[in-house]
Amino acid sequence: MIAHAIFFYTFSIIAVVSAIMVTVSKNTVHSVFFLILDFISISCLFIMIGAEFLGMIMLIVYVGAVAVLFLFVVMMLNVAQQKNQWFASAASSKHIPVGLIISTIIFFELIIVIGGWKYKPEIFDVNNSLKVSGLSNTHSLGQVLYTDYIHIFQISGMILLVAMVGAIVLTFRQRSNVKRQSYLKQISRERAEGVSVVEVASNKGVKTDD
Amino acid sequence: MEYLNIVFQEVYKILFLLVPVLVSVAMIVWLDRRVWAFVQKRQGPNVVGPFGLLQSLADALKYIFKEIIIPSSSNKVIFILAPIVTMTLALIAWAVIPFSATQVLADINVGILYLFAVSSLGVYGIIMGGWASNSKYPFLGAIRSAAQMVSYEVSIGVIIINVLLCVGSLNLNDIVIAQQNLWFVIPLFPMFVIFFISALAETNRPPFDLPEAEAELVAGYQTEYSGMMYAMFWLGEYANILLMCAMGAILFLGGWLSPIDIYPFTLIPGAIWLILKILLLFFLFALVKAIVPRYRYDQLMRLGWKVFLPLSLTWVVLTASYLFYFNLLPTN
Repeated sequence: MIAHAIFFYTFSIIAVVSAIMVTVSKNTVHSVFFLILDFISISCLFIMIGAEFLGMIMLIVYVGAVAVLFLFVVMMLNVAQQKNQWFASAASSKHIPVGLIISTIIFFELIIVIGGWKYKPEIFDVNNSLKVSGLSNTHSLGQVLYTDYIHIFQISGMILLVAMVGAIVLTFRQRSNVKRQSYLKQISRERAEGVSVVEVASNKGVKTDD
Repeated sequence: MEYLNIVFQEVYKILFLLVPVLVSVAMIVWLDRRVWAFVQKRQGPNVVGPFGLLQSLADALKYIFKEIIIPSSSNKVIFILAPIVTMTLALIAWAVIPFSATQVLADINVGILYLFAVSSLGVYGIIMGGWASNSKYPFLGAIRSAAQMVSYEVSIGVIIINVLLCVGSLNLNDIVIAQQNLWFVIPLFPMFVIFFISALAETNRPPFDLPEAEAELVAGYQTEYSGMMYAMFWLGEYANILLMCAMGAILFLGGWLSPIDIYPFTLIPGAIWLILKILLLFFLFALVKAIVPRYRYDQLMRLGWKVFLPLSLTWVVLTASYLFYFNLLPTN
C-alpha cells in the first residue's frame, strides 16, 4: 500500500506541477513540453487505477500525435514572441474577463461532477455488470462501446471526420504559379522526350528555348 | 525489507535484459556496416578484433573520450535531454518483448499498445534535439522527421489492427501463441511488406533517411551533437531498429515459436528463435540500406498517406469480413 501511495503522489505531484508550468512558463515550446509531461503522468495515473487501455490510448493519441502537432505549430509560428508582445500591451486586459468566466464554469462543472460522484455514487453507476464479469479492461470497454453506445461512438467518429474535412477545405487553396510534380508523368518519361542529338555547326552554337 | 528484495530482483532482471540488448546493438551496428560493405564489394570494418567484431566497442570508446560540445545559443536543458529521451524510449520498450512463454519482464495485457505508444513517443527525442540545437539544419531535419514518423505510425497502427483481428488479444504472448498453426506472414503477407517498409520509415532508415540526409541537411537533427551525446542518439536509433525487427518478428513471424513443430527443433529455446528472426529482419533492413536510393520527400509522403494508409485500411475491412463470414473471429 505504501509503495502504491508513493507512486500515486509522485505522479500526481508531477501532473499538477507540470500543469501549472504549462500556463506559467514564458517559452511556449517549454509549455508544450510540460503539457506532454502532464499527459504522461496522467496516463501513468490511469494505469495505476487499472485503466491500462485508457492510459495507453492517452499516450498514443495525445502524446504521440496531438502534442507533436502542437509542437509543430508552436515551433513554426514563433508564438513566444507574439505572446510576450501581447502581454506587454494594454489590449491584453480585454481577454481576462472571458478567461475568468470560462475557468469559473469549468471549475463549477468539476465541483458538480466530483461532488456527485462522492456523495451520490449510484447516479454514476450506469452498468455494474461489467465490474463483476472479470473481463480485461479492453474487452469490457469494447463491449460497452460497440453495443450500448455504438451510435454515439459512430457519430463522434463522423464528427471528427467532418472536422478534418472542414479543416482541409478551409485551408486548401489552389496555387497556380507553383510547379507541381506529377509522379506518373515523371516515371513515364521516355528517353526521346528528354534527350535529343543535335548537329552543331561550327561557330553557330545551339539555340535552346526552355 | 520486503520491498527492497523485490526492487533488487527487478533490477537484476532489468539488467539481465538491457545488457544483452546494448551489446547486441553494438554488434548489430557492425553487422549493418559489414552487410553494406559486402553488397558494395568492400570489406567493411575488419580490423578491430576477429572479423572486426569489436569495431563498435572501439567506436564507443572513442565517443566516450571525445569532448561534448554544447552550442552556446542552444536550449541547454532540452539539448541534453534529447539523446537521453531517445535512448530511454528505445530501451524501455524491451520490457514487454516475450522471449518465451514465461521469459518476459512485464507480461501486460496491452503489450502491443505499449510497444506502439513507446515507438510513437520516439519522435520526441528527434524534435527536442532538432529544436534545442537552435540551428537551421537540425530544425529542418527534426520537422521532416516528425512529419515522416507521424505519417508512417498511422499505417503501422492499422496493420497492428489487422493482426489483432486475427488474435483477439493485445497481449504479445497471446499474439505469438495464436500463430502456432500458421504464422501471420502467410495470410497477411501484403501487410507484412507494408509493415516492413513503414518500419524503415519509422526508424529513419534508408531509403527514408531524409531527417539526416547528408547531402541536404549535413546530419539532420544530430548536426550539433558530439561525443557521448551523439553516441546515445546512435545507440537509441539502432535499439529502435532492433525493436521494430522484434515487433515484426512477433506480429508476423511467430515470435519465439520454432518454425517447425517437431522434435529436434522444439529443443531449441524460444529466445534463440526470436533472436534468429530479429536477425533475419535486420539483415533485410541492412540490405535495403545498401541497394535502394533515397526517396524524395514528396514521394515519401505520397507513399505513406496515399498508398499505405488506404491499402492497409482496405485490408482491415477484408480481414474483418473474411473472419466474420467464415465465423473465424476469435472469442474468449
